[in-house]
Amino acid sequence: MTGLPEYLLGLGDDALVAAQRTAEWCAKAPQLEEEVALANLALDQLGQARAFLTYAGELEGEGRDEDALAFLRDEHEFRNVQLVELPNGDFAVTVAKTLFLAAYQNLLYTRLARAAEPRLAGIAAKAAKESAFHVSYASLWTVRLGDGTPLSHRRMRDAVEEVWPYTHELFEPWAPPEAGLDPAALRGPWLEVVGRALGEATLTRPQDGWAATGGRSGRHTEWFGLLLADMQSVHRAHVGARW
Amino acid sequence: MVKERVEAAVAAVPDPELQVLSIGELGMLREVSVDEDGNAVVTLTPTYLGCPALELIKADVAAAARTAGAARVEVVVSMSPPWTTDWLSQAARAKLTEAGIAPPGRASLPLLQPGCPRCAFPDTEELSSFGAAACMALRLCSGCGEPFEHLKAH
Repeated sequence: MTGLPEYLLGLGDDALVAAQRTAEWCAKAPQLEEEVALANLALDQLGQARAFLTYAGELEGEGRDEDALAFLRDEHEFRNVQLVELPNGDFAVTVAKTLFLAAYQNLLYTRLARAAEPRLAGIAAKAAKESAFHVSYASLWTVRLGDGTPLSHRRMRDAVEEVWPYTHELFEPWAPPEAGLDPAALRGPWLEVVGRALGEATLTRPQDGWAATGGRSGRHTEWFGLLLADMQSVHRAHVGARW
Repeated sequence: MVKERVEAAVAAVPDPELQVLSIGELGMLREVSVDEDGNAVVTLTPTYLGCPALELIKADVAAAARTAGAARVEVVVSMSPPWTTDWLSQAARAKLTEAGIAPPGRASLPLLQPGCPRCAFPDTEELSSFGAAACMALRLCSGCGEPFEHLKAH
């Protein structure tokens, strides 16, 4: 069974890898407003990652701080779902990934805010408010693209189809008793939130078929190593360097 | 009393993003305690978990407390209870409006649209739900046509 330190690593890794991927849009977004919005989404995720990883490191008690956990672990030691490490693709793929992750995080954090463990509850209560904005941002774009031109509709539909198999991993049974929740029970409310956006976007919910799995036990996609190399190389090349 | 001096000095530290407001007015300052040797512990709550201004605020707070007479200063960041824009005082809201920033509505109604801080026209449109800082949105007034920043209810 998952212990609290490993669970916190998972929450932190989801946020950290999502932050790194989302930040790749810096200086490349389709327009300035989206550039700023995506940078802010990434910043929120990074803040959540720092809080969870610091907490995980303290509970682990081996002297690893947030930096050691973020920069000095290798691929198989990361506990994030594969959804967050997928390449950004076109803007529609980013929107689909953001919608699916944000809807999950918002529901999860809202429930974790009532967890018996006060520090976990405190971080979750703050993060829940941040993720609510992410849901509304991604929903808006899902609708704008899905219910837009024939081209934007097709690309949004393709994006949703492509990313859907990676959403099942979010609901795998993986929470420790301290979390006080069953991840599988989040899928119903998640389908409602996501379904509402898809419906308004004139898109249909994809059939459930093949489901990605393995991230929580350290098995990742071929893209993950490259992302980590990008993220970790400076820290590893200049050990102990300070600003 | 050192405690009163430290408390006043720390509360007056300006927020680096919202220069018109102090961290006291923003509701970020949770507690100040000073022991008999003059060592101060200042407890802050962050507005957003990833707020990049937090490191600067911590440094400013420590410097302000020392200037006010504290011997040693420890700045503690506490997440709970989570910060909310509902903690902004009426005076703080008035200062924001004065500076051309629409103050937040109630946190329980985060999507309520604010009026224009310049001309008070009620009908405004959102340009982007994120602005130059995580706590801001960009809006456009349908009356005077001027864009303005809105501190989002949170």
